[in-house]
Amino acid sequence: MDWGTILNNTLAGLLTPTTIAFALAALGLAMHFGFAGLLNFGIAGFMAIGAYGYAISVLTFGFPWWGGMIVGIIGSILFAILLGVPTLRLRGDYLAIVTIAAAEIVRLLFLTTAFTDVTGSADGLFGYNSAGGFTSANPFPPGTYGFGPWTYNSETLWVLVFGLALLAVCVWFLWALMRSPWGRVIKGIREDEEAVKALGKNVFAYKLQALIIGGIFGGMGGIVYAAFANVSPGVYVTSITFFIWTSLLLGGAATVFGPVIGAAIFWVLQAFLSNILPELALAGILPVSGTQAATLRFVLVGIGLMLLVIYRPQGIFGDKRELTFVK
Amino acid sequence: MNFLSVGISKRLLKLVIVVFTALIIGLGLLTSPAQADTVGDEFDYAVLGNVKIKGDPIGGVRILVEGPSYKAETVTADDGSWLIGVPTKDTYSVTLDQETLPAGIAVLEGGASQDVELGLSDRVVKNFFIGQGERNEVSFVDQFIARLIYGINFGLMLGLASVGLSLVFGTTGLSNFAHGEMVTVGAVAALILGVVLEVPIWVAIPGAVLISAGFGWSMDAGLWKPLRKKGLGIVQLMIVSIGLSLTLRYIIQFFIGGGTQQLPGFDSPKINLFGSVALSLNDLYSMGISIVAIVGFALWLIKTNTGKATRAISDNPDLAAASGIDVDKVVRLVWILSAALAGLSGVLWAYFRPGIKWDMGTQILLLIFAAVTLGGLGTAFGALVGALIVGILVETSSLFIPSDLKYVGALVVLIGVLLFRPQGLMGRKQRVG
Amino acid sequence: MLVIDHVKKSFGGLTAVDVEHLEIPKNAITALIGPNGAGKTTLFNLLTGFDTPDTGAWDFLGTSLSGVPSYKVAQLGQVRTFQLTKALSLLTVLDNMKLGAKNQVGESIFRALFPGSWRKQDAEIGVKALELLKRFKLDSKQADFAASLSGGQRKLLEMARALMTDPVLVMLDEPMAGVNPALTQSLLGHVLDLKKDGMTVLFVEHDMHMVRHIADWVVVMAEGKVVAEGPPESVMNEQAVIDAYLGAHQDTDLGVVTGRISIIDEEKNK
Repeated sequence: MDWGTILNNTLAGLLTPTTIAFALAALGLAMHFGFAGLLNFGIAGFMAIGAYGYAISVLTFGFPWWGGMIVGIIGSILFAILLGVPTLRLRGDYLAIVTIAAAEIVRLLFLTTAFTDVTGSADGLFGYNSAGGFTSANPFPPGTYGFGPWTYNSETLWVLVFGLALLAVCVWFLWALMRSPWGRVIKGIREDEEAVKALGKNVFAYKLQALIIGGIFGGMGGIVYAAFANVSPGVYVTSITFFIWTSLLLGGAATVFGPVIGAAIFWVLQAFLSNILPELALAGILPVSGTQAATLRFVLVGIGLMLLVIYRPQGIFGDKRELTFVK
Repeated sequence: MNFLSVGISKRLLKLVIVVFTALIIGLGLLTSPAQADTVGDEFDYAVLGNVKIKGDPIGGVRILVEGPSYKAETVTADDGSWLIGVPTKDTYSVTLDQETLPAGIAVLEGGASQDVELGLSDRVVKNFFIGQGERNEVSFVDQFIARLIYGINFGLMLGLASVGLSLVFGTTGLSNFAHGEMVTVGAVAALILGVVLEVPIWVAIPGAVLISAGFGWSMDAGLWKPLRKKGLGIVQLMIVSIGLSLTLRYIIQFFIGGGTQQLPGFDSPKINLFGSVALSLNDLYSMGISIVAIVGFALWLIKTNTGKATRAISDNPDLAAASGIDVDKVVRLVWILSAALAGLSGVLWAYFRPGIKWDMGTQILLLIFAAVTLGGLGTAFGALVGALIVGILVETSSLFIPSDLKYVGALVVLIGVLLFRPQGLMGRKQRVG
Repeated sequence: MLVIDHVKKSFGGLTAVDVEHLEIPKNAITALIGPNGAGKTTLFNLLTGFDTPDTGAWDFLGTSLSGVPSYKVAQLGQVRTFQLTKALSLLTVLDNMKLGAKNQVGESIFRALFPGSWRKQDAEIGVKALELLKRFKLDSKQADFAASLSGGQRKLLEMARALMTDPVLVMLDEPMAGVNPALTQSLLGHVLDLKKDGMTVLFVEHDMHMVRHIADWVVVMAEGKVVAEGPPESVMNEQAVIDAYLGAHQDTDLGVVTGRISIIDEEKNK
């Protein structure tokens, strides 16, 4: 049992571009569900649109990298409006079903061979970072940076710093909004729409604004992930939505830092489990094969989510009094 | 059951044909195709090829070659080969007459008429990607009827799975996202009984249904009832069901791995019934079993006291409880039956796909939700009607939109129903917003 | 102030409301009474935009309100409270109050990001909120979550919050429902104060005798129709009302029995 490597890989999971992508998506979900009470189970769809918007603009239309990213964000906004206008008056669990279905439709549209020229269908898209100039915009000269488990080459560092900058802006944005009168209205809507309507507020507009902002964060999550890895429909399945929900609930649904911390803890745990479980299997401590050990990781995520919702729905930082979905 | 989708056979064929083309180019240029049905021997140049499907040659297929001031045709020999000599090095169009292909086989890619050019060599090979598919020559009505029947087959299977979800929602208010896993459990149970333990399939299937029923019982006894007693809200319960779905899915993957396994007798050949409708024995058994199970369940719902109690609770829980019905007992029974029917549909789904995979239930979960919502959340008969409509919609939509988008139609229906008529076709009108 | 014409609303086969003509007088306290199922709450919901009628039109200060959504109705100067109090328990008492204020710059999403643009207004709103809270004797609770208030305190909070919108017409849906006698006195006093401050009040109530003590105008509904309207004393003597509603208790003044009537008369005569 190589504890050194295990520890090293575990801690590395704290600060990777994937963690940051998740943190951004979880932040978006915090806006949707934590603060506005919208049961959005289609966050994967927003991520997919952000990522594909970026990649397709660069590869098919020749946009520069920052232009492609803006297109991805605009796509997220449009998706939020398309989704929100008809569905925001739906009851909670109905909205959940609609958003899952919408995200699946998005994924299937990206997967179909009918549009393969533009989307790459099942193979996905790659090479957009260099084509769009993101790679060449890297201010860090080639080399190795960091220390201990947090060592990166210059390309990864660039994505990391870029992602962190975006995350910082989004966190500030959310924090500033929620302590403003606008945030007050949103919190009121979360609890009781009718009361807020009776006070003269256009509840529908507020909900749509919340959906759009959360959608932008989700789209940015997709973009950061795309900048780091590749774009493929196999990533944006409903499982990733559920993992983001787990990260959000873990940190604390109705807080600003909760989703960020939750995403970090989620990935650290994932890194830990994906390292230790195969080792335990190899060492014969767990009577399972190596591949089976990897599957156990996800079983534990599922069990973890269940326990979390049953026994501590407010997560680590949340306040139970603030949660509306808890009876 | 051998209902391969066009997409899967396309990819498989690509591989096969690449290999074959390589062989043919290699071999065909070295040896003279002595057994080819040849025409135009007198010419110096030739266009040639082989007509095979999955390695099996097809004889009697008519091939035409047409060029500037030249036209000739031939028919493939028994080994599938053909050769047409051409007078000059030019571009010729090669046409495969699809009428002479067997029923259900068509040219899949590039069209029945394609161009070849004699460039550097004296001969050029033209092979067509062919496979199971619908030809344009088959009348639209014929195709539509075939799709309709496949849709009914799929819809019946979906119906078995949907009824349970609808009743669980009606009696407990829970949108159970782990329902797909109950379908998978049925298929896996049949796999263990029928393949691992080698129990005869006609015992294994009822055994699988019993195991599924037991699974449903344990879900309510071990998880859902305690949580209801604890007083969790419906949103919390829904998220718990999502966690449960993840857990069960990966536990199944833990045991059966990531690949696809088959139940015995899955490879049942298709029988041409009428028009372009071709069903296998498995399809027919499946439809029969579905109908029997559905009718049996319907009778239970209408005739027996517990069945009536179930409908009463599903329709109006407060009123039912006030009239003295033991709600807990009925809910437990609903979970058992829901799981049993889902398990049965899992076995049928395993024959339909064909194949058992760890996430097979999740694949159709949204379709089940679409069926239940369309029919009316909480109604049993509505769920059946909804499932039939979804099944037919999914199958017939592939006539109009690319087949890998066929689920999109059902998802659009799901969203549409929730927006415009959330009580579905047969449900009670409740406040949705 | 509020003019209602030919308003009809049916649920399934049942006609809940069928009002030919009704006018709510300005700067007066009007009571809408009737037995259960008379259609009072339905009419109330229709007037405040929380429900849509099948047919009919009604005007508020000359502006047509038909088809206007509830939040816009509130912006025009109407405010309503709810029978089941909707104090927002997840917000503090002060935040509840601040939520009520109209035309807040900080509520626009673009300006919310720049505290400089709304901080001053928010502080002013806070001052107004505290004054109202003092009037309703809730000022000591300003930083507590509304969840920690008692039922009666929440009713007061809801009324105070409604006043933050500077309404001209205050619609109270069964304000005395589930309220203990001591608090009833306080609430009645506040309702009278509203009239003193120049507002018009419309409230739905059950208890006829309580109504008699503060209402200037009474509208009686039964089976969806208006069966009588007028000043309390004359309405109570009308045969239709007695038949529909008062029945055997017509001569029994419950107010006298419980001893409340004297307190109310004092208030009214101040």
